[in-house]
Amino acid sequence: MKIIQVKNLKKSFKTGDTELVVLNGMSFEIEAGQFFCITGRSGSGKSTLLYQLGLLDHPNSGEIIINGVNVSALDKEGRTKFRLRELGYVFQDYALVPELSAVENVVIPLLMQGLEKKEAYKKAENALQKIGMGERFNNLPNQLSGGEQQRVSIARAIAHEPHIIFADEPTANLDSETADSVIKAFLELNSHGQTIVMVTHEPEYAKLTNRIVKIGDGKILSDDRPESVI
Amino acid sequence: MQKQKKKIDEFLISLKLGFFLATRQLKRSNKATTALIIFVMTLTFLNLVVIRGVLVGLIQSTIDVYKERYTGDVLISTPIKKDYIENSPNIIEIIKNLPWVQSYSARYTKSGKIEGTYKERINYTEKANETNGIISGINPTNEDATSGLSAKMIEGSYLTPDDTESVMIGAYLLKKYLPIESATFKTLENVGIGSKIRLTINGNVKEFTVKGIVRTKVDEIDMRVFMLDSVLRTLAGRTDYNVNEISIRIKPGADPVVVKNALVKSGAGETARVQTFEEGLPKFVTDMKNTFALLGNIVGSIGLVVASITIFIVIYINAITRKKFIGILKGIGISSEAIEISYIIQSFFYASIGIFIGLLILYLGLVPYFNAHPINFAFSDGILIAEFSATSWRVLLLMLATIIAGYVPARIVVKRNTLDSILGR
Repeated sequence: MKIIQVKNLKKSFKTGDTELVVLNGMSFEIEAGQFFCITGRSGSGKSTLLYQLGLLDHPNSGEIIINGVNVSALDKEGRTKFRLRELGYVFQDYALVPELSAVENVVIPLLMQGLEKKEAYKKAENALQKIGMGERFNNLPNQLSGGEQQRVSIARAIAHEPHIIFADEPTANLDSETADSVIKAFLELNSHGQTIVMVTHEPEYAKLTNRIVKIGDGKILSDDRPESVI
Repeated sequence: MQKQKKKIDEFLISLKLGFFLATRQLKRSNKATTALIIFVMTLTFLNLVVIRGVLVGLIQSTIDVYKERYTGDVLISTPIKKDYIENSPNIIEIIKNLPWVQSYSARYTKSGKIEGTYKERINYTEKANETNGIISGINPTNEDATSGLSAKMIEGSYLTPDDTESVMIGAYLLKKYLPIESATFKTLENVGIGSKIRLTINGNVKEFTVKGIVRTKVDEIDMRVFMLDSVLRTLAGRTDYNVNEISIRIKPGADPVVVKNALVKSGAGETARVQTFEEGLPKFVTDMKNTFALLGNIVGSIGLVVASITIFIVIYINAITRKKFIGILKGIGISSEAIEISYIIQSFFYASIGIFIGLLILYLGLVPYFNAHPINFAFSDGILIAEFSATSWRVLLLMLATIIAGYVPARIVVKRNTLDSILGR
């Protein structure tokens, strides 16, 4: 089943009189349950593509269909609601709210979905336990290590059981040991059927995914499936 | 209908989440910053209430003291075209029979010349130490029961019913207490307790000893000389018992208008002017009251604008420094409404705590302090007026201004592009 369909996606940025084309008519599809990796050199448009797919930005043209919904046609409010229900995010710098404890950071999207407090907290705690943060529920982000913060960020992304998780360079700020554990957590989630779209510039982590799409000059340069390669 | 219900449900969720975010932010924010914002709110509230309260209080206390010491609750006075209140004994009888009356003081008044240090005068080419004023004849017991003048003696003592050779003099007739020189108004020099003064009324002259000096800050009292009513009648050659003014003090809870109407109905209005204390106030006092209230409102409004700008800046800085997290919240699907509500709740918190502390300072500190240590104002002893209704109105106004000042900057930051906020662009 195709969970994401991208058709002729274009995105450019204007700087003064010059127009920088970052995505130049890109088309591809992602299967449900796939661990999809976007790679490319710096400035190739990896993150820009992820932001379009994750509905954090609006393309200039083209269509994105997620789970059968043409999300390109959604208005601002519709996109926000769609993100809340269907998508989860893991950012490079963890992006936790500093005044909220680990469990509170995880519980907010659940509360926004209208879940009762008790149920929301139960789900948030389960998500934290699932990624090995069961002991640190009440710690504030500044009381956690980088790896732990990223784990909380993953817990926040999975707590509401989204269809797709988008991860933007989730290991970039972590030491190799911690980064390994984060990738391991993603693999574990993926093994249970979770669709993950991850941007990384680290080949050793890219190789662990189901599919590696390398982009450059606004186009797809290669589309590999590591299992077949391996 | 269903769409509307959905909207309401969404708003309630945003409200709950806004509260959730606001409480955590407040709980874990920098305590010193929070204290500073609350301090600013407290000062703003006090600025809003106290300045107006003092300005109005100065005039209100002028009105209060005028009523307390001179007019009473109801004043019966001589019609402009008459020399005295005709049929005064009958009117006094009516007053005595009114159920609401607590006390009354019937006063005789005559213009007269007051001379001091005349025995020491050597050089007759120089102006005499004299002035003109109102000589008032009173029953000391009735007067004290009505106006409490005995409590306002600043030197010497109050008159007794036996003081036929003594007078009580108003402080504003003495240079010691009113050190001004004017071509039209003179005060007496070197006159104090025990001094001999000479009074001339209707050409009759009599010497008295100054027994007391009274100061109420009401010109109508402080520019008079008081003596026994029987003595004044003799000195002025009055054989009737028609007085010039009657001040009436009514029982607590009684309505001055009801008393006035009863007096008018019983015929007192035919030979005298019957006024409640409010009607008897000089116009300039009511004009001043309105002017001071206006000034207080202007100063308060400026304070309100300053407070709004302060809160705006505080919330804006708070929101702009947290724009990344606002972007992230939006990114993970938290509604703009919930984020805005969290800032509104924070503003509401700052305002309510600031106002609460302000109210404590106001009612437990400033009002009792000003009551105990009034401002020494020319017309009165100024107190701080902070009526519950006016204060409540200002509380609401400040709350509203703060909420708007908190909402607008939050809205500005929340409206920014989500991705730009996340990436700190």
